[in-house]
Amino acid sequence: MKTISVTGKTVEEALNQGLTELQATREQVDYVEIQTPKKGFLNFFSKPAILEITMKPDPVGEAERFLADVLRCMDVNLDIHAFDTEEKKARLEMNGEDVGMVIGKRGQTLESLQYLTNLAANRHSDQYRRIELDAENYRERRAKTLEQLAYRLAEKAKRTNRRVVLEPMQANERKKIHQTLQTDTAVDTLSDGKEPRRHVVIKPKET
Amino acid sequence: MLKELVLTIARALVDYPDDVDVKEEEIDGIIVLTLYVHEEDIGKVIGKKGRVASAIRNVLTAASRNQGKVRLNIAD
Repeated sequence: MKTISVTGKTVEEALNQGLTELQATREQVDYVEIQTPKKGFLNFFSKPAILEITMKPDPVGEAERFLADVLRCMDVNLDIHAFDTEEKKARLEMNGEDVGMVIGKRGQTLESLQYLTNLAANRHSDQYRRIELDAENYRERRAKTLEQLAYRLAEKAKRTNRRVVLEPMQANERKKIHQTLQTDTAVDTLSDGKEPRRHVVIKPKET
Repeated sequence: MLKELVLTIARALVDYPDDVDVKEEEIDGIIVLTLYVHEEDIGKVIGKKGRVASAIRNVLTAASRNQGKVRLNIAD
C-alpha cells in the first residue's frame, strides 16, 4: 500500500500537497500527524506539520484495474463497467464482441477470472468486498437456461419413472437446479460424484 | 503476450511483486511458461488445493486460443 510523508506549514497545507502528489481526493486517503505544527516567533522555533498519508484500500478500483490489465494481455477488447452500489458486493460487467472468450465452456473462464479478481481486489483491504464478474448478462441467461433444463428433466424423470443424471456442474449451478425443483413434490434432487465431476441427479419420488 | 498475462496476474496476488518472473520456452511445439515468485509467495500463486494455480491455467488456456498448447509450471 502506498504511503508518503509530506511537510507543510499547516496540516491543511501538508494534506493538500500530499493529495496532489498522490493524485487522490480527500476521501481516498487516511493520514496521521507525525509532527504537530508550531507557529514559533518570526519563523524561529517554528515547526512544520509532518503527515504520513496512506491511500485507503479501494477493492473495486483494484478489481477494475486488474481486470483491464488481464483483458489487455489476453488481447480481448471489452468494455468494463463497475457497479459499486452495495456495501459488501460490487459487480463488474464486461461488454463487447469478444465476450465468448472470457466466459469459456460452461462459464469456466468467467469463474476463474472472477476468483482471481477477488483475490487481487481484496489483497490490501481488511473488509472483504465480493466482486461479481459478468459478461453480456451471462449469469442471468445461464440461470434461466438451468431453470428450464431442471423443469424439462424433472418431467422426464416423472414420465419415465427413472432417475435422470445431469452433466457435471459448478456448485452454484447445482444449487440453482436444487432450488428450482425444491417445490416439485414428485421428484427429489441430490448431488453425486466428486469435484470436478460432481453432478445433480433427479429422481422420481417413490410413491 | 501469454508471458505478460501470467506476470500481470501473479504480480497482483503476491507480497513481493518485484520478485515475480516468467520464463518462456517452446518444447515440442508446446509453449511452456515457468513462473518464479518469492519463496514466501509460492502458496499465494498455488492456493488451497491448487485453486489459484488452476484458475491461472484456465485464463491462460482461454488466452492461448490461437497459439497452440500452453503449459504453466510453478517453480519451487
